[in-house]
Amino acid sequence: MENLINIFVKAIFIDNMIFAYFLGMCSYLAVSKTVKTSVGLGIAVTFVLVITVPVNYLIENYFLHEGALTWLSPKLSGVDLDFLSFIMYIAVIASIVQLVEMIIEKFSPALYNSLGIFLPLIAVNCAILGASLFMQERSYTNIGEAFSFAFGSGIGWFLAIVGLAAIREKLRYSNIPAPLRGLGITFIVVGLMGLAFMSFIGIKL
Amino acid sequence: MSQLFSSKNVKLLTNPLNENNPITVQVLGICSALAVTVKLKPAFVMSLSVIVVLTFSNLIISLIRKGIPNRIRIIVQLVIIASLVILVDQVLKAFVYDVSKQLSVYVGLIITNCIIMGRLEAFAMTNKPWDSFLDGIGKGLGYARISIVVAFFREFLGSGTIWGYPVLEKLGAYQIGYVNNGLMILPPMALILLGTIIWIQRSRTRSLIEKK
Repeated sequence: MENLINIFVKAIFIDNMIFAYFLGMCSYLAVSKTVKTSVGLGIAVTFVLVITVPVNYLIENYFLHEGALTWLSPKLSGVDLDFLSFIMYIAVIASIVQLVEMIIEKFSPALYNSLGIFLPLIAVNCAILGASLFMQERSYTNIGEAFSFAFGSGIGWFLAIVGLAAIREKLRYSNIPAPLRGLGITFIVVGLMGLAFMSFIGIKL
Repeated sequence: MSQLFSSKNVKLLTNPLNENNPITVQVLGICSALAVTVKLKPAFVMSLSVIVVLTFSNLIISLIRKGIPNRIRIIVQLVIIASLVILVDQVLKAFVYDVSKQLSVYVGLIITNCIIMGRLEAFAMTNKPWDSFLDGIGKGLGYARISIVVAFFREFLGSGTIWGYPVLEKLGAYQIGYVNNGLMILPPMALILLGTIIWIQRSRTRSLIEKK
């Protein structure tokens, strides 16, 4: 249990998707103009992460990893399909996003109206594929760890985008040098937020 | 030959370097451009991989663009990009293993690099193969230019080396009290450097300044 909480906190603050790894930057910069839409996108990203990472974890450990196919027949214990992981992960992500979109549309039209426009965007968000690839690289030992990593990453992404949106709403009223207006100052603000987040390095529960 | 390099086509190659740069103007593909720029060598290898994947996926999509049903085009594009990225990844693992370890997940993330999807959607789906090929190279070079500039400053100021060669140590800068700026190696400085590059670029090309 302690281990799970540790992974969770680490994924939010220390290995923050945005500030430490720059994952999902494109939609992060494009959608963070108002707090309301960024809350929607943040929730959608967390939601998709929490589903796709555990599913990819199962695929990695029961199909792709070296010797993972032993449960089918002992003869397959030498098979290593790891080179297929990119294409499997992206296929899983694209189909799950599609599925989630359809399910939400059917059962919760209100949620669909607030998340709907963001869901197709998310299929090609680097943060989603990145989380699956990190899960593979760090070889978590059980699905609980993979889940807690995914949830933590999602919350970290959510915090980052809502924080930036709040700053950008205020920034609109300030007098910025013309060439720096818009994109330039946004990058610098994200960099400063990243510096602030670096103070969390070393936290361990 | 003259037709292949008409002024329109040359523009496809040179425009992305400045006015239409994918990173600083169109804001595409920032994740990897920032993450791999601690040292020059990984940034260079990464740029090369992006150029290869972008050029060939543009070419392939443009060749088969009339046969792709509109409804499933995203998945077709993703499959082609993912296959090319797997090829690049295996080549990197075979020939430059140490760099491939440094790049870690970012090679895989070329799949979701917005530059590639964006170019396929906006250009390759509606243009001829040769134009798309040139567009791929041009946009790839635009990406390479920014990430190599960022990597140069981060490596030079952060570790005092250029392409792994200890320039400052040879010049004797450390004897007279120079200290490396450790902040440059940390992720946030990549963002601040990129912000500064955008600032410089926009003050030189006034037409890029955003309206209030």
